[in-house]
Amino acid sequence: MPITPNPYKTTGFLGWIDDRFPLTKLWKDHLSEYYAPKNFNFWYFFGSLALLVLVNQLLTGIFLTMNYKPAADAAFDSVQYIMRDVPWGWLLRYMHAAGASAFFIVVYLHMFRGILYGSHRKPRELIWIFGTLIFLCLMAEAFCGYVLPWGNMSYWGAEVIISLFGTIPYVGHALQVWIQGDFAPADATLNRLFSLHVIALPFVLVALVVLHLMALHEVGSNNPDGIEIKKKKDPATGIPLDGIPFHPYYTVKDLVGVGVFLILFSAVIFFAPTGANLVLEKPNFIPADPQVTPPEITPAWYFGVFYAMLRAVPAFLHTQIWGVLVMFGAVVILFFLPWLDRSPVKSIRYKGALFKTLVVLFALDFVLLNYLGMQPVNPTRTLIARFGTIYYYFFFLAMPWYSRLDKTKPEPERVTS
Amino acid sequence: MIRLHRLAAAALIGLAFAAPALHAQETETMPFTPHTGDLKSLQRGARDFINYCSGCHSMKYLRYNRLAQDLGIPEDLVKKNLIFTGAKIGDAIETALPSKLGTQWFGRAPPDLTLEAEARGADWIYSYLQSFYLDPSRPLGVNNPYLPNPAMPAVLGSLQGWQVLEKAAPGAEEAGLPHFKTVVPGRMTAEEFRGFVADLTNFMVYAAEPVRAERVRLGWKVLVYLVILTVLFYLLKKEFWRDVH
Amino acid sequence: MSNEGVDGGRRRFLTAATSVVGAAGAVAAVWPFLASLKPSAKALALGAPVAADIGKLEEGQQVIFVWQGLNIWVLRRSKDMIASLSQVRPRLADPNSDYSQQPEYCKNEHRSIKPEYLVMNAKCTHLGCMPELKAQHPDVSVDPDWLGGYLCPCHGSRYDLSGRVFQSQPAPLNMMVPPYRYASDTMIIIGEDPKKS
Repeated sequence: MPITPNPYKTTGFLGWIDDRFPLTKLWKDHLSEYYAPKNFNFWYFFGSLALLVLVNQLLTGIFLTMNYKPAADAAFDSVQYIMRDVPWGWLLRYMHAAGASAFFIVVYLHMFRGILYGSHRKPRELIWIFGTLIFLCLMAEAFCGYVLPWGNMSYWGAEVIISLFGTIPYVGHALQVWIQGDFAPADATLNRLFSLHVIALPFVLVALVVLHLMALHEVGSNNPDGIEIKKKKDPATGIPLDGIPFHPYYTVKDLVGVGVFLILFSAVIFFAPTGANLVLEKPNFIPADPQVTPPEITPAWYFGVFYAMLRAVPAFLHTQIWGVLVMFGAVVILFFLPWLDRSPVKSIRYKGALFKTLVVLFALDFVLLNYLGMQPVNPTRTLIARFGTIYYYFFFLAMPWYSRLDKTKPEPERVTS
Repeated sequence: MIRLHRLAAAALIGLAFAAPALHAQETETMPFTPHTGDLKSLQRGARDFINYCSGCHSMKYLRYNRLAQDLGIPEDLVKKNLIFTGAKIGDAIETALPSKLGTQWFGRAPPDLTLEAEARGADWIYSYLQSFYLDPSRPLGVNNPYLPNPAMPAVLGSLQGWQVLEKAAPGAEEAGLPHFKTVVPGRMTAEEFRGFVADLTNFMVYAAEPVRAERVRLGWKVLVYLVILTVLFYLLKKEFWRDVH
Repeated sequence: MSNEGVDGGRRRFLTAATSVVGAAGAVAAVWPFLASLKPSAKALALGAPVAADIGKLEEGQQVIFVWQGLNIWVLRRSKDMIASLSQVRPRLADPNSDYSQQPEYCKNEHRSIKPEYLVMNAKCTHLGCMPELKAQHPDVSVDPDWLGGYLCPCHGSRYDLSGRVFQSQPAPLNMMVPPYRYASDTMIIIGEDPKKS
């Protein structure tokens, strides 16, 4: 029976494949004939970098898993086994540990890019939502991974984070015990977090990344001008006038970003693998000790913002659930961003002074909260964290109001460089 | 305005690479820069660790043959001069003291010291080992400002001599390094003892991360390669982007 | 976008140069991953040479030592047993051990440093089972002309008392002899070659 020949008229081996599998189609649709706006700037490096870090985490993770032992009495030793006895194990572990921090750096910058240029706005709401889910998944993945070395910070980090679920009235305690599989973080806890870290969450993470990219390639990329390049097409070819094929133009451009990133990343791995106690913290060089809480218990740096909010909210009505709600709310609110922004323009370039000021304040507030979350508490810091938390919420919740109030400039017809 | 975005980006990146002192020590430590490239110092430190520390403290993640290789000591010499426990050359440095006995003698088993330099910092070890002072109120007769009420006796007392802590004048702010006054001189001069502790600290920094020297050596090669690669990437990008107007 | 004034040569050169340099880096980056699969320092330490005291071995007695996870036999052969080695020669598949694995200093009739002591890896060269020492002879249950040797229980391969395989057996080669040396008359070090003097 003759088969329908593929529309790309490829022949030979490639033709044989294309008659049966959309190889050339995938290549064209997503790379050589995916038209991206030609005016991407510095901020657009972080998407491809996030993908690079994901690959780094998956590869190093596979090889670490071959030598790590998820048991309370063996985990800490097995990490030192990796560091000392496994050939090149130290490099794999440093790459994985620094990779976690790098992941959050690029993801935070990638998300902030979205806020700056309105990449969450119609028709890209789903891209943003998938992205926020990736962020949520990443937080869970990072937490599980943080526990695995079973150092003293791992142990107490697990205690504190799982206790968050214990704050839920009535069912909290039972829920906490259920999550732990024991009355305190123990062997069973470590074992299940390991399972989540190496199987369940990476699986979900990769699936979400695929969805994120599928949604992106369906509607096309936004750009720093926040205008739709598909509105102005070459009448002869149907190609957007301001679009250029992703490959080769953005592949070669992203490679420059990759090069610069790898230089910075290697500098950390080879010359400061503990990242000034941010990547690997001092108390985590001591094995888990349920009898001794480390003197200053702070989460990994990338959770600083959320931890600061958690601590900023006082308990009242005999429960501390409010802090937990405020903290989770800070992530949940991101899902609504596409509908909170009512500005007639997408990009910050055409927004008014009001929005620009508030965005810059938001970035500073984010940095400030993150810093406070990593510091030991004192009354002044708690007070500042409260204002910071209020501003974080104000930025999102008041957006429908101030984004309409703002004086905007008209968007250009074509992208500017 | 674009400038402001850049500023925000710089702030975010700066946050990531900032090195705030997150774990402030209670007592200021004496500054110490470890030199793990100084093999002579590491060899002395290893010898002194075995002689003065390994009776109670293990280094259960450091193998004798790794130490021999990294410190440039022939394995035969390590067997003859450093192994007193009947261990094989491929074994890790275990202590001769069973942990049960340790708990009986000191209240808790003396901790393993392989990772002490990572957990506490080189400064802390350097300061701690020089700061045992006489304190009759303690069961072992000594105390230490860097680890108040230690379970550990002043093992190095015969070398350093015995000292007392000089209290700040009443009302004066307690700040800076603690001050000591030697009351009984030891077998070493102050200078010699500082060198002794420096060797020991160097060795412990090495033990906490034996790959340190190799890591830095490889790091330079990787960076040189990546800079070349990035320059090529940049030229390639510029070449292709000449099409884009 | 246009292709005017494109210097194709320069573009091709830069693409090639970047590809070559990038590929070299990628290959170098693969190395740590693959190398991490090699035996770790722990496995190497556990696989270190083993000192075996053979002083108490009686004639005809065989003991097992473990080296690198392998069962290593030490058999003390009697005069009679040593004598059997030359008698079975015509029936062996590889009588001179030309195709088998043993250190150069054990490539001889008795396949050992000293004729009295046989040091050998207890593994049938067919599919890895552990043969049994059948020293009694004659033993018609093994072979009508049996002079003593090894019999593999899995597929019936027969070996002589220096581990040389007989002809027409499932096993193709003589059993492996590991490197070893005498530290003294009663102490051997399995896993180390004799020191060159």
